[in-house]
Amino acid sequence: MALLSKKDANLILDPLADNNPITIQVLGICSALAITAELKASVVMSISVLFVLGVGNVVISLMRNIIPSKIRIIVQLIVVATLVIIVDQVLKAFAYELSKTLAVFVGLIITNCIIMGRFEAFALGNGPWKSFLDGIGNALGYGVILIIVGFFRELLGSGTLFGIPVLGDPIAKTGLYATGYENNGFMIIPPAALIVVGVIIWVQRSRNKALIEEA
Amino acid sequence: MKEKLHQLKLKYQGKKMAPAFNALHTFLYSPNETTHSGSHVRAVDDLKRTMNTVIMALVPCLLFGMFNAGYQHYSAINGFPAEFSLFEHFLTWDNFWLGVITILPLVIVSYGVGLVIEFIFAVIKGHEVEEGYLVTGMLVPLIIPVDTPLWMLAVAVAFGVVIGKEVFGGTGMNILNPALTIRAFLFFAYPTWMSGDKVWVHDAVNLAGTADAISGETILGYLAQGNTSEFSYSVSDMFFGFIPGSVGETSTLLILLGGLFLIFSKIASWRIMLSAVIGSLVMGLLFNGAVAWEWIPEYSKFYGLMSFDFWKHLIVGGLAFGIVYMATDPVTGSQTNKGKWIYGFLIGFISVMIRVFNPGYPEGVFLAILLMNVFAPTIDHYVVQGNVKKRMKRLKNATILPKPSDGKAEELKVETV
Repeated sequence: MALLSKKDANLILDPLADNNPITIQVLGICSALAITAELKASVVMSISVLFVLGVGNVVISLMRNIIPSKIRIIVQLIVVATLVIIVDQVLKAFAYELSKTLAVFVGLIITNCIIMGRFEAFALGNGPWKSFLDGIGNALGYGVILIIVGFFRELLGSGTLFGIPVLGDPIAKTGLYATGYENNGFMIIPPAALIVVGVIIWVQRSRNKALIEEA
Repeated sequence: MKEKLHQLKLKYQGKKMAPAFNALHTFLYSPNETTHSGSHVRAVDDLKRTMNTVIMALVPCLLFGMFNAGYQHYSAINGFPAEFSLFEHFLTWDNFWLGVITILPLVIVSYGVGLVIEFIFAVIKGHEVEEGYLVTGMLVPLIIPVDTPLWMLAVAVAFGVVIGKEVFGGTGMNILNPALTIRAFLFFAYPTWMSGDKVWVHDAVNLAGTADAISGETILGYLAQGNTSEFSYSVSDMFFGFIPGSVGETSTLLILLGGLFLIFSKIASWRIMLSAVIGSLVMGLLFNGAVAWEWIPEYSKFYGLMSFDFWKHLIVGGLAFGIVYMATDPVTGSQTNKGKWIYGFLIGFISVMIRVFNPGYPEGVFLAILLMNVFAPTIDHYVVQGNVKKRMKRLKNATILPKPSDGKAEELKVETV
């Protein structure tokens, strides 16, 4: 890590584990529940948030000294909305099918608490380079959880990964299905994501007891 | 045996596996430790005794379920007997044997997986194994279809015990009834094995599509499809339980006896049972009324279930079983007496509502009970608050009444001192 000082590296590494936006700060849960039934959607969503949060944090940080604090929320919203529309249009142009699956949730990145939270908590008080690292780190932390959840939900719920069957053909009864295995329909529905996220939180906190809140 | 277990326990005291040996020791015998200070009243009706009483109340349902599994299977193949005779057609060794080989594995898997997980958690947490699973393990095989694949049951039991109970802190801390959590998981994960007209009779799934295909739709299933005239079950069939359904839920008579047994041994709350029955009757009557006043046209898809006589809801499907054995779970139900009335009433009320309105699945008891499990603490909270308010009011009135004139107040003071 010669490229980054230790402090800067922590900006990226902390949100990946001990200060994860989803499992520790419990932000951005709605999208984590809604779009993680497929791994592909999780990955695209993670990249979109990575772009919006990385660029958005830099823009807000550059403007932090000229934004009147009374209207800062509106300014932040405009910045996010602009970036989200860019993402949305790119998806519609180059990955139309996928943008239909993600549907309203790309638009709803605007309301993702992680983004406004990082703008408020970090970008308004730090320089562009640090804000950029913070944005990347938080978006990666969000993406990691999304991809873990998406992996288990798609594998157990549909028997596929990125849409490719990995456990055999459920209709022709090949592979694992020949033994009587069946896809778990429960994993397809959003409540399953809540339980998978809950299990991740459980595992994380039992490995690092310092994360457990006082009851 | 007792002595040996006791020695084993001493040997492993303080070791990592100690909870597992303690569990074996206290599984059937009361522990031989005594308290040394203060005076204690000790009775043998501990948690384990409570659990065993419930299991005793469940055994008739289990045995009946075994006979019924065989009866439904052979009748579906050979045709139902025209002149039904209890001993000739129902209580036969053939029926019983088929029931044993299909249902006993369910019981074994349910107990095996569940207890292994309980033991693992007890060792990790380093405390005694809790007895909570004894009843759950018995309830689970009784509320699922007879042909449920064993691996599905194992997955569901693992899920139900870990997510439904252990994450909350084990027996006594769970919000949801673990047995119903297991059933709900099975239902949402593998709906093709939990509903439809094939799963209720042994072998129907395997024979589907062949020349020997058999089926056994439940009564609620027929009604949900609007085939009111197609089933030939009489009221006495429904009451005694000679109908297709989950393993142990069909015989209302035996459930009723089990319920009375639980009430008289003071294990289960009669308030919850009674109010749940009332609740379901009220909802059933409302639907019957809607039909009688011709609010519901005959082509409506709800017509079949809505016109079903209100009291018959109690003798088909899992309503009776749910009310007697599930709703009365002391951990997940309401604790206050007034709360129990509300809790029970809503269980009955919502069960029948879901039965009629749920398009996918004509049974709603387990969903209604799980929903009310979640609301039970809220109900209790408001009942307790209501009581506090009532007493505060009484206190306010009471202080106003004896107006303290100077002399009298002094007198009172002297007296109380």
